[in-house]
Amino acid sequence: MEFSQITTIAGKEFWDRIRNRWVLAVALVFTVFALSIAYFGSAQQGAVGFRSIEVTIASLVSLVIYLIPLIALLLGFDAIVGERERGSLDLLLSMPITRFELLLGKYLGLAGALTFSTIAGFGLVGIVLSAQLDLNALFHYFGFMLSSVLLGCAFLSLAVMLSVFASDRTRASGLAIALWFFFVLIFDLLVLGVLVVTGGQWGGEALPYVMLLNPADVFRILNIFTLEDVRTLYGLATVFPATLAQPWLLGLVMAGWIAAPLAIAAWRFRR
Amino acid sequence: MADTSPALNEAGKAMIVARGVRKHFGAIHAVDGVDLDIRGGELFGLIGHNGAGKSTLFKMMLGLIPITAGEIRIDGAPVGAGGGSFRAVRRKVGYLPENVVLYDNLTGLETLDFFARLKGVSPADNMRVLERVGLVHAARRRVREYSKGMRQRLGFAQALLGRPRILFLDEPTNGLDPEAIRGFYAILRQLRSEGVTTVITSHILAEIQERVDRLAIMAAGKVQAVGTVAGLRERMDLPLWFDVRVAPADFEAVRAVLGHLPVGAVEAHDDHVAVQCARESKMAVIAALASLDGKVLDLSVREPSLEDVFFGFSD
Ligand SMILES: Nc1ncnc2c1ncn2[C@@H]1O[C@H](COP(=O)(O)OP(=O)(O)OP(=O)(O)O)[C@@H](O)[C@H]1O
Ligand SMILES: [Mg+2]
Repeated sequence: MEFSQITTIAGKEFWDRIRNRWVLAVALVFTVFALSIAYFGSAQQGAVGFRSIEVTIASLVSLVIYLIPLIALLLGFDAIVGERERGSLDLLLSMPITRFELLLGKYLGLAGALTFSTIAGFGLVGIVLSAQLDLNALFHYFGFMLSSVLLGCAFLSLAVMLSVFASDRTRASGLAIALWFFFVLIFDLLVLGVLVVTGGQWGGEALPYVMLLNPADVFRILNIFTLEDVRTLYGLATVFPATLAQPWLLGLVMAGWIAAPLAIAAWRFRR
Repeated sequence: MADTSPALNEAGKAMIVARGVRKHFGAIHAVDGVDLDIRGGELFGLIGHNGAGKSTLFKMMLGLIPITAGEIRIDGAPVGAGGGSFRAVRRKVGYLPENVVLYDNLTGLETLDFFARLKGVSPADNMRVLERVGLVHAARRRVREYSKGMRQRLGFAQALLGRPRILFLDEPTNGLDPEAIRGFYAILRQLRSEGVTTVITSHILAEIQERVDRLAIMAAGKVQAVGTVAGLRERMDLPLWFDVRVAPADFEAVRAVLGHLPVGAVEAHDDHVAVQCARESKMAVIAALASLDGKVLDLSVREPSLEDVFFGFSD
């Protein structure tokens, strides 16, 4: 494996997103959303102003859990199939580069762009809020940013995987939307459905593990369980074993969600 | 300097070797048993009608698609074997795909920088390469704004990066104006003098027949004939045509004197008769026509063009 080939591809992908202002646009979206949630979020309770960081993060989590997977999927779905369909893939593959290096370079470049916008967008808000935050709250906010980056990278990995499998861009975009629906909306409903139908007999024990099968849920758990105050709000604390709620363990699960789709994509892309 | 070029030492040695190469896409036999030996330093033409299998053969030679059966060796290294030889071979190869697609959002110079990096060569030469293909004036313009011919030139420039010793050019003159085509072949000649092996494809025989060292005619996935232009013409032994200009009233007289000779088709046209005959009866036909005296107003001989050879194989 030649590192320079990976960085060449990654660099191009990254600078493409900088130049076409994708990074700027996404960072702005994050900033605007985060600021309005932090500032206006409590308007319905009669008061406008910055709320406690825990509640702010909880609201941010429920927003980001929809937004970031969508952005990541849209960013990555045509990584390979786009080059294939436009006809530039053959030339790329005729270079002294392996298919794995190309795939990894694409992923890292796109992940870099997504990470950069996430950290820039939320980081800016973090700086604005920092006056009101103590060290502990800052730590939580940092955890939220980090888990957001992981969430984005996991869905980007899924997107790159389907960009290898799909035969054309149209199909790839359809699959990307389907994946988003599945993980963000349907998955939880299915799990809940099973719980309700079986009266909680079935799957109650397994539930925490089942939730690890969805990177969006892992993200949710990561953020809920690192925030003492809102844990109980969700009623999840009772069913979720504390041993599983270790941030480092959940982080590892996320890393798995990044590595596994990429590995499958690499396997498929070999030919 | 020139005599130290590694490429020159390779002149004549087998550079690209294909043995029994096949590529099947389901029921379609795109390439159907090709044997080919292309020598070092040769300018080699691959000609064939649409769908003959030229591009597919190129892609297999470059290792872009797997070979269904058979073997291809580039400079001794089997294609698709992977391992250490993979990068070494790729570094000495330049490829211009048919209908080359580059990145619209990059400038010409940035495009070359990107590919130079992938090829592991210094971008210091890039401006010179652009100059060579006549694109210096557009070096800092986005490819989005390039004309078809400019894109083609940039694609060619990309193939020249890193001084490749083997060039695969798939319909390289596609979209070039006549002057650009001449400039393009001038570059190819120069590369050949440096010992570079070049394979180009084309549909247009007239364009490449005087310019390549040897050519292969491909049809239906097979190489139908390989050789020099003169060699192919000779080997085919195609009949000649006589165009005999006579008054329409004398058409029958011409038919009559030719009746005893081994001639092929005799076609009556508005103001002349076209007569086909084998090469060895050429003089006999001329003698017979001479006997017609004042009736023959003019006479011209049409040698078979390679185009006829080509279509003879393709049909
Ligand atoms: N990916 C593919 N899947 C299925 N069939 C293919 C594929 N690529 C090529 N073919 C078929 O293989 C045959 C040869 O195609 P190829 O592109 O090699 O021809 P060509 O000689 O380059 O033609 P042209 O002069 O039009 O470029 C055609 O019948 C084509 O339809
Ligand atoms: Mg072709």
